[in-house]
Amino acid sequence: MSQLWMPTPNGMSRRHFATHLAGSAAMASTALSFGGAIAANADELRKNRKSAILLWMGGGPSTIDLWDLKPGAATGGPFRPISSSGEAQISEHLPLVAQQMHHLSVVRSMSTREADHNRGRYYMHTGYVPNPNIEHPGYGSVVAHELFEQRPELQIPPFVSVGGASVGPGFLGMAWAPFSVSSNGRIRNLDMRLDDTRLMQRVAALDLIESNFVKRTRSGPAAAGSPAGEHQKVLRKTLDLMTSDQMKAFKVEQEPDEVKERYGTSGFGQGCLLARRLVEAGVPFIEVDLGGWDNHSGIFDILVDRKLPELDQAMSALVEDLAQRELLQDTAVIWMGEFGRTPRINQGAGRDHWARSWSVVAGGAGLKGGLAIGETSRDGTEVETEPYSSEDLMATVCKGLGISLDTTYTSKNGRPMKIAGGGKVIRELLA
Amino acid sequence: MRLFTACSIIVACCSLARTAPPDNPIQVSEINAIIEQQWRDYEIRPAPEADDSTWCRRVYLDVIGRIPSLDELTEFVRDRSADKRQRLIDRLLDDDRYAEEYAGHWATVWSNILIGRSGGQQRNSLTDHDGMMKYLRDSFAANKPYNQMVYELVTAEGTTKPGTEGFNGATNFLADKVNSEDGVLATSSTSRIFLGLQVQCTQCHNHPFNQWKQQRFWDFNAFFRQTRALRRYVSGTRDIAFAELVNEDFAGQARDPSDAMIFYELRNGLVKSAYPVFIDDTAIGVSGYVSDVNRREELGRLMMDSPYLDKMMVNRFWAHFLGHAFTKPVDDLGPHNVPSHPVLLDYLAGEVRKHSHDVKQLIRWIVLSRPYQLSARHTASNEVDDPSIGETPKFSHFYLRQMTAEQLYQSLVAASGATAAGSYERQEQERRKWLQQFVVAFGTDEGDEATTFNGSIPQALMLFNGDLTKEAISDRDGGFIKRVIADRKSSRDRVSHLFLAGLSRTPSRDELNIAAQLLAARGGDEVSMLQDMWWAIINSNEFILQH
Repeated sequence: MSQLWMPTPNGMSRRHFATHLAGSAAMASTALSFGGAIAANADELRKNRKSAILLWMGGGPSTIDLWDLKPGAATGGPFRPISSSGEAQISEHLPLVAQQMHHLSVVRSMSTREADHNRGRYYMHTGYVPNPNIEHPGYGSVVAHELFEQRPELQIPPFVSVGGASVGPGFLGMAWAPFSVSSNGRIRNLDMRLDDTRLMQRVAALDLIESNFVKRTRSGPAAAGSPAGEHQKVLRKTLDLMTSDQMKAFKVEQEPDEVKERYGTSGFGQGCLLARRLVEAGVPFIEVDLGGWDNHSGIFDILVDRKLPELDQAMSALVEDLAQRELLQDTAVIWMGEFGRTPRINQGAGRDHWARSWSVVAGGAGLKGGLAIGETSRDGTEVETEPYSSEDLMATVCKGLGISLDTTYTSKNGRPMKIAGGGKVIRELLA
Repeated sequence: MRLFTACSIIVACCSLARTAPPDNPIQVSEINAIIEQQWRDYEIRPAPEADDSTWCRRVYLDVIGRIPSLDELTEFVRDRSADKRQRLIDRLLDDDRYAEEYAGHWATVWSNILIGRSGGQQRNSLTDHDGMMKYLRDSFAANKPYNQMVYELVTAEGTTKPGTEGFNGATNFLADKVNSEDGVLATSSTSRIFLGLQVQCTQCHNHPFNQWKQQRFWDFNAFFRQTRALRRYVSGTRDIAFAELVNEDFAGQARDPSDAMIFYELRNGLVKSAYPVFIDDTAIGVSGYVSDVNRREELGRLMMDSPYLDKMMVNRFWAHFLGHAFTKPVDDLGPHNVPSHPVLLDYLAGEVRKHSHDVKQLIRWIVLSRPYQLSARHTASNEVDDPSIGETPKFSHFYLRQMTAEQLYQSLVAASGATAAGSYERQEQERRKWLQQFVVAFGTDEGDEATTFNGSIPQALMLFNGDLTKEAISDRDGGFIKRVIADRKSSRDRVSHLFLAGLSRTPSRDELNIAAQLLAARGGDEVSMLQDMWWAIINSNEFILQH
């Protein structure tokens, strides 16, 4: 038997080394292919590189108390509107965000149909209603999939979900799944403490067992998409990430104290800061989750005491910071939850689920800031201008990111599916 | 040389043509007849039967929640009797040596259904995870009839925490679901989990895709309105020690306990009233006095008689073993969601009722049925049978699916003794802590959660580098690797041992070759080579996938 092992040159990037592995036959060439470590010109690559940050408000935020206030109406609640740096008046409890509203637009005419958490979360993340026969990819997976090609230097997952689970990759496959991390950016089990050569040799043995199993359970070209084949792809991505210098993007703690304080010490604040770092590292899609908006009772106290201060500080810091670093023009920021909340205030001083008339906020990357788009009725129960959907919002964001709306996927069962569910662009929002 | 004997027997048995084993229960032939008819209708040729060692691994994982040990595998493979598969399932279900693992596995499965993996983990939670587990372990250990278990969960009164006065672990199902929002969560969970009726959308309005009307929702909800979960504090603090689930007289929203009606609001603002009325239109007394009418006990009795309960039991157990239910999702039996095999679902639902909702009987029927004997081979002749692309399942090959985090944990512990020593409580604590790392909450009041143990990168990182793996491949004295070295004479035997322990099969020629290369690369250090190979085995798709 010939000697197949080659030592890895020390300090050399092992980018994609796993990708070149395909059973023991490839072992000889493996080490050699490491030689071409990518010496990318960072500035060149960064030019025109688009990203998106989704601020996901799990539970369904009360947009009538944040972005589309109804002072004087029975449904209006106790909050007063204040002027912002854009045309929208917003809640008095978002004073810092108010100063950034020239960067962001409020879309007040969202009208959707899914008022159950799971269905709403799925719909707002995919542009499709849940269907038992097909799993649609989340927007994060879609954007990552479309923008990944622009960044050959990216070694970390193209879709990172901070402090939440987001929605899965559906038929795009597990290789496009959100990489879930906690908001402090700490990643468990990253370090193997094993020298490179031995790690590679272990992986070669693993790869052989994997390939043998794929061959035994599935024949033909479909093998790669089978659960066994998907597993192989995820292992490769994992190896890329374990061996990448780019992982330092997750080290939020290395930021200067004043920056950390500007974003706030809350989980969401640190998550937003992490999102900015990931944008700088070239990650195309980041979702940052802030849960706890499902306020069926005692809503106004919860909003004033907890939710709005946390949101105000982190969201304003993120937008301001992105703008100051000249990243905002290439980074879409979207704020939304699965639905809004009932204009009617219930017996427990809460608001329940409401999808018929509510607001989202968006800006950055080819989207106009400073606008208030659409209108609801005096008590907030009806949209009075053209209603917009999840698909429409996503189509607009895609357009802003330079992703063609003619992009069509074919699901595993051969059904063609237009990107963003075939939504129509919200014209006013496009720059 | 014991190992080599075992290996050669495994090979020998696979090539033996076994005659159809006698005395299968009649239910098994009925399942087979219906499933096979559909294969003929779709011109599908099913996958060949799985070989004995593959089947053995499969059935251990599904019935007791872990892969078989090498001894257990060998015992099964060596058995030459025609009814060996029946005998194995009997052993796993009835033999004392598996009683604890059987009960523990099913308690875990059901605890995840009833309270979720994060149930009882939040600081203000009224749920006691240990209490839930204790109740479920005892129930499955006693093979309590399924409908009785449902009755107990729905009607439970008492305290949530083991060791407290009036302890009743069954209370943990509802402890966190009755207090807020007038018991909306109790309503939607009870109807969804046990009856397969998805009502959460009808809380606020009549749902277009769901025949459940808003009135039905609040009628069902009225059964829970006598129930409260009372907080019991650690003395002198505001920390919740445990909760007590009680029934109290309910005055209704018109403040008349003898006619305790509730109100709900339509989307147009109109207010309507509701009383406890079951899904089949059976109404019970309107009094809110517990001494007149115990609403949850009435509900429990009505549920025990409901055919939806039978179907839901069958659908859930079928999905557990075959990887897909007759409906998708498993807990939606509404009229808009037509099952893949309606005749079979109805038939089995009738059979479980005839057999007193005997859980072990149902498991036996499913595990011995033809679809459960098939290999995972997905080929040109059963190409169309691919539920992952949205086709309805035909069960013509075994659907690959990932182990749960719990199964992985138990399997690694069993395969290489990677576990914390110490008491049951201590080990359970370790296990819980490990499992929690994968749970992600969605931030809603309904406690929705997801798991990152879903084949994505965090899971891969855990298996690559996590403590559990480090312990499994450790070279410490008395550890798995050292024991394999001591027990086996040759390097080749040792590698075979690893493959049998992890994958229930012997290594192929190229796998033995790569082990030999690894040994050379390690400079002849066999411990290091075995560590590398064991790492590769437990990280492989073949290990993590139930197949």
